[in-house]
Amino acid sequence: MAVATETKPKPKAPGLRLFGHKMPISAQIGFLIIFLNLFLMIFAPMLAPYGEGEVPTNLEKWAAPSAEHWFGTDAIGRDILSQLLYGARLSIGLSLITTCLAFVVGIITGFAAAILGRWADMVLSRFADLILSMPTLVFSLVIMSVIIPREEAVVNATGISNAFFEGMVIIVVIGFLYAVPVFRLARAVAMNIVALEYVEAARLRGESIWWVIRREVLPNSIPPLVAEFGLRFCFTFLLIASLSFLGLGIQPPYQDWGSMTFQNGQAIFSGKPQPLFPAGAIALLTIGVNLVVDWLLSIYSRAHGENA
Amino acid sequence: MSQTATVPRSFGDHVLDVEDLRIEVRTDAGPGPVLVDNVSLKLRQGEVLGLIGESGAGKSTIGLATMGYSRSGCFITGGKIIFRGKDVRTMTRDERQDLRGHGVAYIAQSAAASFNPALTLYEQICEIALRRGLMKEEEAKAEAVRLFKELELPNPEAFGERYPHQVSGGQLQRAMAAMAMITKPSILIFDEPTTALDVTTQVEVLASFRKLIREHGTAALYITHDLAVVAQIADRIMVLRHGKMIEVGDATQILQAPREEYTRRLVAERTVANQNLREDEKAASAALLEIKNVVASYRSLTKVINDVTIDIQRGDTVAVVGESGSGKSTLARVVVGLLPRSSGDVKFQGESLPARLQDRSKDQLRRIQMIYQMPDVALNPRQTLLEIIGRPMEFYFGTPKSQIKDQVSEMLRHIDLPESFANRRPGELSGGQKQRVCIARALAAKPELIICDEVTSALDQLVGEEILRLLNRLQDELGIAYMFITHDLGTVRRIANKVAVMLKGQLVAYGETAKIFNPPYHPYTELLLSSVPEMRADWLDEVLAKRVGKAR
Repeated sequence: MAVATETKPKPKAPGLRLFGHKMPISAQIGFLIIFLNLFLMIFAPMLAPYGEGEVPTNLEKWAAPSAEHWFGTDAIGRDILSQLLYGARLSIGLSLITTCLAFVVGIITGFAAAILGRWADMVLSRFADLILSMPTLVFSLVIMSVIIPREEAVVNATGISNAFFEGMVIIVVIGFLYAVPVFRLARAVAMNIVALEYVEAARLRGESIWWVIRREVLPNSIPPLVAEFGLRFCFTFLLIASLSFLGLGIQPPYQDWGSMTFQNGQAIFSGKPQPLFPAGAIALLTIGVNLVVDWLLSIYSRAHGENA
Repeated sequence: MSQTATVPRSFGDHVLDVEDLRIEVRTDAGPGPVLVDNVSLKLRQGEVLGLIGESGAGKSTIGLATMGYSRSGCFITGGKIIFRGKDVRTMTRDERQDLRGHGVAYIAQSAAASFNPALTLYEQICEIALRRGLMKEEEAKAEAVRLFKELELPNPEAFGERYPHQVSGGQLQRAMAAMAMITKPSILIFDEPTTALDVTTQVEVLASFRKLIREHGTAALYITHDLAVVAQIADRIMVLRHGKMIEVGDATQILQAPREEYTRRLVAERTVANQNLREDEKAASAALLEIKNVVASYRSLTKVINDVTIDIQRGDTVAVVGESGSGKSTLARVVVGLLPRSSGDVKFQGESLPARLQDRSKDQLRRIQMIYQMPDVALNPRQTLLEIIGRPMEFYFGTPKSQIKDQVSEMLRHIDLPESFANRRPGELSGGQKQRVCIARALAAKPELIICDEVTSALDQLVGEEILRLLNRLQDELGIAYMFITHDLGTVRRIANKVAVMLKGQLVAYGETAKIFNPPYHPYTELLLSSVPEMRADWLDEVLAKRVGKAR
């Protein structure tokens, strides 16, 4: 209260910044990991020494890491490094699309529940509770095991490829399941904003709900939602990896990091390092994203953060 | 009763001696602003020193520093704080721990936020005495009851058994004084303890605080922004501004013969408060807004607004006054349609307005605009002033983008802000400037009626005064009518030509300001009027004497 309010804009201290906040070393490491992953994912065809699913001519199963095969080869002689680079496209790409879907659905429904109030909120929230009451992995396993057997019928009827169908199933199922926690967060954040007088002023002006969502609520809920996006991306990524590991996600001949860990898993018993590479890649990216998310969350929870 | 403040009181030894206190903000980026700059003060046993100033003057920061505490990010960087011969700054952790609560006790502005809702008042009031091992539980309870009696709390024996939500705001504030006094500290620090209370409650709380201080001979720092309040309780007054001492002297000297220009302005602001800003009586014309027998309630069945009838003419300023909970803000919500009325009628220019906001036409919405109490939350922090002020122009009049920029610049000039502010965001403005922007946003809709909901109560006195002048000037130029909701009767006298007094959802008096504020009064109006502190040291004694006389 009595703290002086007249502060001049201070010259900014040196260091990396985002949203006007100084970035700690941990967040910088996080960003480095993320950018490295994205770089490898995008330029995989140029960087990978072998093609996707290609079995080298000098067929060698379970080759130990060497100059020729940096990370060794798998059970049918494929180069682990190349598979890892191509697998990144599937793992990261699918997770990104899925998370985006979850956010679009979750934010729109969440904001609508907060703004429309009463009945809309009641119906949407109870539906959300219903879905949240079931463990996500079990729920998605059930749905996948119902859909996957019908794959051939759909593929034959529509003429789309098997891989495309499987990808779509993963995106839609996980996207909608993860829209629920996003809905909860978006609703809670929007509830606080809707109670503020600038939103009331907009409603008194006669603005449409869509305008209120877009111009008054959304810009003010960005920081918590960005933090949630990072976290949700990790969860999606891990869930897809788990599904693939359980054999219901990405199907051969395509491989993502989860299915690679699964398929090379037995090798761990004979002391071979191969399964550690895809598993390590999963862990590294998860840690990287979490480092960035932690920093974003700390900005958001800071009591006097200018942009919080 | 206690002795009157006019009789010079004698004081004991120095209990607190602050010398050249300096408190600064330090951030990662380096040193920040100086909050308190070379402030020195002395406090003797039994003496009350009033610290007065606008927000940002450093009053609370000084108050907290006397306990060796500074808010996070702030550091005491210079000076001495001598409490009974010992420097608080060089004390060990344990000594300081002992000082707080035992030597110096603090009474905060919002008692409601300072009590734990899950514990009874006894548990919280006696806690410090028990924790320090100063008293046994029965002794502490007996002491608490004694304090409750002194503070004139109802049913003192059973009062402590209640939970914080079961007592009123004024009672809770007094309970906090009991909590502070239970260890018999040498110094009490009152930090705006009556600011959040209604005027009628403020009188009672102020009286019991004064009695408590005088009877125990405790020294006290009384922090407030209201000169009239401090006049009732303080022996000496220190005026602060931007962390610097402006003037310090006896209460009577400061009030009657202020030496510094700034103090003079503070005193003058209070004195002019009784002159009406309106120069002439504006000619009455056809009714603009007619509120007829309106009844409204929230989901429960209790009527928050019960049978209220008010009419507002073009160019009128109608003040709606009452204590918190009287339904004055709810009335505004009913008029704009945020809370649909359950019966009665609201007519605007003879045309009945739909009860619900959603059913009103764009033009009906445009004609009534609203300005809020807290400019901080009334402006979207992510939008520039250009967007904020330009939106109503675009929305109601379809003004093309190319013209909006010019019109916003003109509007900014109109409210005395530089045109270059158009690209700023609300976070870069001061409280008064933000409130100006809120006014500009309302004006951009070219309204005929503006509802002002406590528009000056979150602002410092001098800033609030400027806002009132601006509103008055705009009314002269544009002929807008105002419905002015406030609890500050000083403001009402200044700007309103009509007053509506509300009590528990009902209208108890309505008419010309001069008529309502002069005898014969409605009894409730009289109570309200007599509760507004005046800038005389003996005002509180007079009011109390009068009330006692009446009660007999």
